[in-house]
Amino acid sequence: MDPVSILLGGFASGMVLFIVSVGLSVTMGLMGFVNLAHGGFAMLGGYVIVLAMKHWGFLFLPSVALAFVTVALFAVVLERLLYARLYRATELDQVLFTIGLVFVMTAAVTLGVGPETQVVQLPDWLRGQTDLGFIKYRTYSLALIAAGVLLAIGIWLGFERTRFGARIRAAVDNRRMAQSLGVDVGRLFAVTFAIGSGIAAVGGGLGAEILGLDPNYPLRYLVYFLIVVSVGGLGRVTGVFFAALFIGVLDFVLKIYFPKGGTIFIYVLTLVLLLWRPRGLFGRRGA
Amino acid sequence: MIAATQLARRHRFRWWELLPWVAGIAVFFAFPNYLSFATQVLITILFALSLDLVLGYAGIVTLGHAAFFGAGAYTVGMLAMHWGWHEPFSGLLAAALVAAVIGFASGMVLLRTHGLTLLMLTLCTMTLLEQAANMSAAWTGGFDGMPGLSFSKILGLFGFDALYFRSQYLYALATLFLCFVVVRMLVYSSFGQSLTGVRENLLRMHAIGAPVRTRQVLAYTVSAALAGVAGALFTQANGYVNLAVLGLERSAGVMIVLILGGYGRLYGAFVGATAYMVLEHTLAKAYPTAWQLGLGLTLIAVALFARNGVIGIADSLRRRLEGSAR
Repeated sequence: MDPVSILLGGFASGMVLFIVSVGLSVTMGLMGFVNLAHGGFAMLGGYVIVLAMKHWGFLFLPSVALAFVTVALFAVVLERLLYARLYRATELDQVLFTIGLVFVMTAAVTLGVGPETQVVQLPDWLRGQTDLGFIKYRTYSLALIAAGVLLAIGIWLGFERTRFGARIRAAVDNRRMAQSLGVDVGRLFAVTFAIGSGIAAVGGGLGAEILGLDPNYPLRYLVYFLIVVSVGGLGRVTGVFFAALFIGVLDFVLKIYFPKGGTIFIYVLTLVLLLWRPRGLFGRRGA
Repeated sequence: MIAATQLARRHRFRWWELLPWVAGIAVFFAFPNYLSFATQVLITILFALSLDLVLGYAGIVTLGHAAFFGAGAYTVGMLAMHWGWHEPFSGLLAAALVAAVIGFASGMVLLRTHGLTLLMLTLCTMTLLEQAANMSAAWTGGFDGMPGLSFSKILGLFGFDALYFRSQYLYALATLFLCFVVVRMLVYSSFGQSLTGVRENLLRMHAIGAPVRTRQVLAYTVSAALAGVAGALFTQANGYVNLAVLGLERSAGVMIVLILGGYGRLYGAFVGATAYMVLEHTLAKAYPTAWQLGLGLTLIAVALFARNGVIGIADSLRRRLEGSAR
């Protein structure tokens, strides 16, 4: 394979990692909540898209929007009812709770839809190849890259240029200080949690082509999402973006050149990096 | 004053501490056809007990404890496969040593961090070992593992019986007992006290000048050695080892077992492992999805309401009864 197509392929899977993980980074950065169930929301999003297209006659883009809305609503209900009770709990309780949640989601999807792998039917305009002038490449991968970049820019603008984003940044840097200045961190978190889970849902659906979609999705990719978030730094959107791209490309390259166990380098790299910078590449020292 | 005497007396032996061992021997006579399964329960108890030392006493939240279980399991397997070392008891010691070395080395490096970073680092260490075992197929059998391992007589005296699992069971029970005595001594010693201190208030322990890191690393190393013994028992009792001994599922599983039983209280591992394994054995095979759903709901409920597991519930019931009696 030539370097350009390797890079494009890696970027495409990196974008999927970014779209799924970005919400996790922000919510963990805000509350310090260890949320191992984040991949579950991505999976639910994928299933909403599949079901909407297969049984309810939705087109591709409307069903993506539907996935965002339904999963965001579901997430905010869960957040208010359950997550909110555990903000002050120990990490252990949070780990336990979210693992339990993953089990419930996996079992519910297995019971409701079935254990088999689902395929997201792509519309015609996303199939085939596109000529970029210097190279011909899969349209869908290019569309993924475009969607990821657009989303990243959108999230970055929301973070850096809006009052809401400023509140989130303030709360990530110093929650107590933000609270004493009148920021309602609880509500901020509920909204962020909903949006983050909704974006993850979109990522789960768009990324099904690359990551697959079946009931074991949340546990299988848990380590990957966590690596992206901890390498990028908690609550750092740009950090997560670069970390996701880097790991996406690295994973893609390793799977081509060292198909047997090449991913070991990713774990070694993560270990070394976290020992060197426990807060991730882009993480700042919190309060 | 009462608290002080209680503290001084708490390491004393209480009558009910005999119960698990009486039950262990009773099982040997009562369920001769289930000894293979009962051996698995004993192994899980030992593994959960080792986790209790770091999680329950030292307060180190790890998702990578299977790394040490796997290290022990593979040590025994590779010794038998490549070097013709078939004697089980010395195999246990070798497994404990290897796991302790890995525990010490990783503990020295990892325990400087805490929180999510520590969680990630332990997870990565385990996945690293898993991938390494997967890659070096010539040594470890790769994805398929090492099937059909055989072991000689324990200390040259008792052979493993393939059909009834009687000697395996007694061997595992004896090993568990020895390890338990070590853990019990440790947690009731002043070392155990300072571990509890680290768990309860890290800053204060630093402030009074306790060597926090040293204590944590030591606890981590001992715990790793015990987990290694559990892994070695697993390989010896089953006669095979494969990648499943190193996965996230095993790490999360043993944590669930310990939490459901009650962590930081010595006997939580016994209650949790027995209850979990028996339920899993009867339910999971017939209704795997319902089992997962039920387990998930239980975990959520435990995290929200019953943070000290079965033993914790029993404790608070007892306290309530004693309170009303007075």
